Amino acid sequence: MSERRIISRDDAEHVARLAHLRFTEAEMTDCMEKLGSILEYMQELQKIDTTGVAPTTHVLPLTNVFRADEPGETLPRERALANAPAREGGSFKVPRII
Amino acid sequence: MITELTVKQMAAALAAGEFSAEEAVAAHLQRIETLDAKLNAYITVTAEQALAAARASDARRARGENLSPLDGVPMALKDIICTDGVATTCASRMLEHYLPPYNATCWQRLADAGAVLLGKLNMDEFAMGSSTETSAFGVTRNPHDRERVPGGSSGGSAAAVAADMAVYALGTDTGGSVRQPAHFCGVVGIKPTYGRISRFGVVPYASSLDQVGILAKDCWDAAAVLETIAGQDKMDSTSAPAAVGPYAAACAEDIRGLRIGLVKEFISDAIAPPIRQALQAAAEKLAGLGAEVEEVSLPHSSYALPAYYILATAEASSNLARYDGVRYGLRAEADNLHEMIVATRSLGFGAEVKRRIMLGTYALSSGYYDAYYNKTLQVRTLIKQDYDEVFQAGFSCLLTPTAPTTAFRLGELCDDPLTMYMQDICTVPVNLAGLPALVVPVGQQEGLPIGLQLIGCSFGEEALFAVGTKLECARIRPALA
Repeated sequence: MSERRIISRDDAEHVARLAHLRFTEAEMTDCMEKLGSILEYMQELQKIDTTGVAPTTHVLPLTNVFRADEPGETLPRERALANAPAREGGSFKVPRII
Repeated sequence: MITELTVKQMAAALAAGEFSAEEAVAAHLQRIETLDAKLNAYITVTAEQALAAARASDARRARGENLSPLDGVPMALKDIICTDGVATTCASRMLEHYLPPYNATCWQRLADAGAVLLGKLNMDEFAMGSSTETSAFGVTRNPHDRERVPGGSSGGSAAAVAADMAVYALGTDTGGSVRQPAHFCGVVGIKPTYGRISRFGVVPYASSLDQVGILAKDCWDAAAVLETIAGQDKMDSTSAPAAVGPYAAACAEDIRGLRIGLVKEFISDAIAPPIRQALQAAAEKLAGLGAEVEEVSLPHSSYALPAYYILATAEASSNLARYDGVRYGLRAEADNLHEMIVATRSLGFGAEVKRRIMLGTYALSSGYYDAYYNKTLQVRTLIKQDYDEVFQAGFSCLLTPTAPTTAFRLGELCDDPLTMYMQDICTVPVNLAGLPALVVPVGQQEGLPIGLQLIGCSFGEEALFAVGTKLECARIRPALA
């Protein structure tokens, strides 16, 4: 494996913050090592010339899928709230935000 | 024995009154009770509901109603498919106690046809893995050798069908998660065309690649199940309006004159010799039946694996952002919202899921987005074009290996994610191109099954069933004490 570090410690911590994940010191070391080898393998893609190639975000030729705007059954509030870890009245309850 | 029967055989026996649906379900529950402590294919067994559903099926039959061949036949679902009021865990601590308030469309359509649910099957956590070892509820063992993995991520589904603990099962396939376990466990597995089966109520991993699949004892059974669950669904705007089937009838179609391609890039030293030999023998068999077997080239194949792991993880990082402890699932208590979300996700996700979220978040992050994500979408176009050209040239399907090896040992690849990802080298291009693929068992090597993959053109499932039926060998039954 190359000595080159694909992902720096700062990068990894930044990405963990974006992903709302926290790692212990040992987990972070392990994660960086494994991500490094995976990302190195992914460098393979840089070898292909893709100039002028359109991106594929979706394989089916479907665009603007519409259906009639008619009222139908929706999930009753009680059922939608049934799995809530905490609730108050008809709402999901969360700890204070600031 | 009742549990050895296929759907077709059981439907005939039920129609002839040889036994009742209740007896069929009881026999399967008994087998699960006896065997599953050793295999761990099931996360949840719904014994009471299954017996009640079987009695309802028997009552329909007694009234002389016109019944689907699936009516009264016991089956099971990968635990990623939402079942109203029955825990759907995704094999994750995050959803350990989640009770969906609705049914996935694929399960609803089976239930409407009278299918009887035995329970929910083990898998890699959030379908992220190739061995079922990342499950938060313990590994599933391969019925052919309990020291080996069943494959993944639909490992519980493949193991349950292989061990006669369900007549058939549904799984999901994002990069090979139905097909590689079918190969490892000696059962039939189909991943239909993207959009063929509604994804509504199927917990998403990578939405542009995910598709529901079927694991069954033979091609006809898989075809009959596909015919029942395929088709457009108003709840999934990516479900396709294309006409459905007939798939079961296609199994009997002649294959004389069909052009079948052998993909040169998939026949390398990376593929174990017994699998290459099986491929050669299968090609000769098809040629003997009048098919025209020719070598074809898909030049961008080697880029499919890195492209898949960038796109799948990028989509996963976005899809899994929903697990924040607010509306359902695990919540770790904390004194402010941000801390609660971070603590919940750090506690609820396992190591592989976190690794993939990190990878996907990195690929989508500012500064890397163009180099990784956008570049990969362009590469996806090139990979898809390779397939388009081959099918436009008149090929009905392509015959390839399913994975580089037969089932590997438990723990063998756990600490080496990159080598684990290599398991998917023959299967991921199919998801990137959105095509259907069928894996059928063709033989075994030292007691371990070998299944080969047939890749079809978009919505070309009929040709896969016609060719697959000619290739599949007699069922490989594990010797289970």
